[in-house]
Amino acid sequence: MVPLSYYLVLSGFLFACGVAGFLIKRNIITIFMSIELMLNGVNLSFVAFAAHWHVLAGQVFVFFVMVVAAAEAAVGLAIIIAVFRTRETLNVDQVNLLKL
Amino acid sequence: MMSNLNLWLIPSLPLAGAAINGFFGKKSSRRAVTTVGLVFPGAAFAWALVVALRFSSLDLPYQEYVAHWIRSGNFSADFALYLDQLSLVMLLVVTGVGFLIHIYSVGYMWEDPSYFRFFAYLNLFMFFMLTLILANNYLLMFIGWEGVGLASYLLIGFWFTKDSAASAGKKAFIVNRIGDFGFLIGLFLLIQHFGSLNFTQVFAQVQPMTAETGSAGLLTAIGILLMVGACGKSAQIPLYVWLPDAMEGPTPVSALIHAATMVTAGVYMVSRSHMIFDRAPMALMVVAVIGTLTALFAATIGIAQTDIKKVLAYSTVSQLGYMFMACGVGAFSAGIFHLMTHAFFKGLLFLAAGSVIHAVGGEQDMRKMGGLRSYIPWTFLTMGIATLAIAGIPPFAGFWSKDEILWQAYSSEHGSWVFWLIGVITAFLTSFYMFRLLFMTFFGDYRGSQVDAHGQAHATHGHEHGHGEPHESPMVMLVPLMILAVLSTVGGLVGIGNRFENFLAPVFGSGQVAEAAGEAASHVTELLLMGVSVTVAILGFLLAYVLYISKPYLPQKIADALNGFYTAVLNKYYVDEIYAKLFVKPLVDGSTSILWQGIDRKVIDDTVNNAADAARHVSDEVRHMQSGNLRSYAGWIAAGSAVVIAYMIWMGVR
Repeated sequence: MVPLSYYLVLSGFLFACGVAGFLIKRNIITIFMSIELMLNGVNLSFVAFAAHWHVLAGQVFVFFVMVVAAAEAAVGLAIIIAVFRTRETLNVDQVNLLKL
Repeated sequence: MMSNLNLWLIPSLPLAGAAINGFFGKKSSRRAVTTVGLVFPGAAFAWALVVALRFSSLDLPYQEYVAHWIRSGNFSADFALYLDQLSLVMLLVVTGVGFLIHIYSVGYMWEDPSYFRFFAYLNLFMFFMLTLILANNYLLMFIGWEGVGLASYLLIGFWFTKDSAASAGKKAFIVNRIGDFGFLIGLFLLIQHFGSLNFTQVFAQVQPMTAETGSAGLLTAIGILLMVGACGKSAQIPLYVWLPDAMEGPTPVSALIHAATMVTAGVYMVSRSHMIFDRAPMALMVVAVIGTLTALFAATIGIAQTDIKKVLAYSTVSQLGYMFMACGVGAFSAGIFHLMTHAFFKGLLFLAAGSVIHAVGGEQDMRKMGGLRSYIPWTFLTMGIATLAIAGIPPFAGFWSKDEILWQAYSSEHGSWVFWLIGVITAFLTSFYMFRLLFMTFFGDYRGSQVDAHGQAHATHGHEHGHGEPHESPMVMLVPLMILAVLSTVGGLVGIGNRFENFLAPVFGSGQVAEAAGEAASHVTELLLMGVSVTVAILGFLLAYVLYISKPYLPQKIADALNGFYTAVLNKYYVDEIYAKLFVKPLVDGSTSILWQGIDRKVIDDTVNNAADAARHVSDEVRHMQSGNLRSYAGWIAAGSAVVIAYMIWMGVR
């Protein structure tokens, strides 16, 4: 039996990787993938806690997160394609027109 | 007896007339405006006569509920009317004299471009005045009170393109506000202590109270506050200054509002509240002193005025002083009697003065008149009668009422010989300045230079028709003059044998008692005093005759001899100037430098502006956060989350 803390450490690590990638990377696809990484980090902790406490709610929640993530990916990728078509770049530093 | 008088018709009819003329008058013909403007007040007068005929079969005081108005807890004030002997007298005077003046106005205002507006205002005034008279509670009375003030303002400033008329209207309104303030506080005191403003309820509670002799109490306070209100509306010292200026309005307005009816509202209100004043000797004393001083003071100003309407204006102030003197010595019925006769002869004087002004093409300066009696005989005749009446020559109306007041001032328990003496001196001055007016206007040679005077006159008075010689006014103006002349002649006869007083006795109660006490003081004294007052009236006449007919060079000499005093009188004792220095200027300066420049600009405006400026500066700095750079946003979110997480960990640790 793998102790709960292992899962949580892994989950935290994944989440931290996601945050770091989100902050550091300039490529919009990579940023997008970092978001998925964070989501999955959280998912892992949900499942771990669900298994630990024998509560099904955590597992159900993960399904919800995955559904929302899939929907988000669909919309997000569409936006990315639209941005690429007009700006011909994926560098977020160059996509900064929305400002005062 | 449960008969229904439909009293509500009386105020409503003029209101309907005002509404019709006000809304549709501009498009209607003059004939239509005249019809509406005369029929409605005429109908009100007719209905008042019907009421008077059925009066003897009424259960008095007759009260009529018209509509629900204010009900709050135990307090209630409804649109309800109240009729007793006092309101009946006022009702007949106001509708009767008012209707005559309406007729007269047809002739006087015919040429005016705003003919319909004039009649709309005049009818509106009638509505409010009748509301004031017929109200059965102080609050409804106050509505009428304010309403006549509004109508007065509108009519004084009727020729509002003339600057002096516009400011005279404002002055009247503002000075009246000061009085109304006192009136309102008085009403608040009534509500606080009696929980009602209804006449019957308040008086029923006041009735058992004993007179506040010695120290002043609640009733004294209420009485004095009500008197402050009356001072404003009835032009008494110290608030009389608006009335002379109100002469800027058309002459029928001066006759109706500023002589016959509205300015007597204060007398009516004090008489209506006699139950309160009877039990507050100190308040009565204040009323008497103010009235007496005003009577004398205004009369002295009147003797030096040269504007025909200004003389009459000061005369009105002076006569109102008489009425208050009567009220102040507890002789309310004498005050109301004088109110009635004064409405006749002063209304007549103003209308006749209007006829004179009409005749000479808008000139109001008596120095430019003279010798008019051969040009306008009817005006002369009627004005002569009015002058005899106001001077107190028997058997004209003014004699009876003025003599009654002087007798009461002497003999009443609240009176004293001081009031009587000042009253007699005032009677002498009254007689003098009125005959002076008559002689300057109608005797001697015509001094007007027509051509010049008329060019000026057209601009200011709207008499568009050309003037050759002074000419008599049309019949529509003369008939009211004649009717009023008849009333001024015989109107006083109702007072013989105290009949008028006995008629009002159910209202004022004490009349009989006072008279009984007076009777004991012997008829001889009364006749003696009567003789004195007639003598001074004749002396006034003789003095005026000597100065203005037989030795016309004398007035100038006397004026030169009394240089300082004469100048002071000529300039109305500089009261306007003193008020301007004492009250108006500090108020204007204070408002300008403290309230406007200080508080409004520096505090309120600056607070608002600075708040807006600060918000703009802060947001100017902060807006750079929104750079459009996705990663910086992400950084902010991460930093924010880090802070939240750190806080929660810290909370958890603690």
